[in-house]
Amino acid sequence: MWSWVAHRITGVTLFFFLFAHVIDTAMVRVSPEAYNVAVETYKNPIVGLMEVGLVGAVLFHAFNGIRIILVDFWWKGPRYQRQLTWGVLGIFVVLMVPFVIRHLSNVFGH
Amino acid sequence: MSLTSIPKPRSTYKAGRSNNFEMNSWLFMRGSGLLLVVLVIGHLFVNLWQGDGIQQIDFAFVAGKWASPFWQIWDLAMLWLAMLHGMNGLRTIINDYASRGGTKFTLKTLLYFATFVTVVLGTLVIFTFDPCIDPASTLEVCTNR
Repeated sequence: MWSWVAHRITGVTLFFFLFAHVIDTAMVRVSPEAYNVAVETYKNPIVGLMEVGLVGAVLFHAFNGIRIILVDFWWKGPRYQRQLTWGVLGIFVVLMVPFVIRHLSNVFGH
Repeated sequence: MSLTSIPKPRSTYKAGRSNNFEMNSWLFMRGSGLLLVVLVIGHLFVNLWQGDGIQQIDFAFVAGKWASPFWQIWDLAMLWLAMLHGMNGLRTIINDYASRGGTKFTLKTLLYFATFVTVVLGTLVIFTFDPCIDPASTLEVCTNR
């Protein structure tokens, strides 16, 4: 139940971010300066912290999505759905910890 | 011998046809989702993990990536699949939570319009990208010609 709720919340968050991300990238058609100004926002420490949340949303949504596919299509999926949920959380932590360290040292180390 | 005919149920409910769209969109979410796992995590790996991560991103970085058809196709596929996957997800959410017909219609119209505009904008940006948009550019591709 909670992973269903989290899948929806992360999905909606990522979809709304996509609009902003396509528009900031579209600045490359205006001028190099306009794009560099737009992308500079992403290097701001506060936005840098929000990116951790965004990447967390991507990773959860991605691996929970794979869990859903396995439950739907793999004949043993429904039987192992509990273990699959722990698998999602495990992969999430394993990928998030190194990412947070590296990303935050990039954001704050410059 | 196998059973040759199944007795007709009493209800007049017609199975099939009318559910094909929902069935296809359900399948699309799983197919596009699987591709997006690779496309988006690959995108994050190259842009945020490798090199200086977020600090390396500027106009020259984008020009370097889009000099290769590989990344143009990657980004185009990611744009289309992510937008359609997100649009379909939001369509489901609107169906679940908006109770009035008028509200549903308004929200979906807005959703389809916003998705259309964003996909067209993104596609045009990828196809019309010009690394030498600034005549005074010092990028290698621009000074060597």
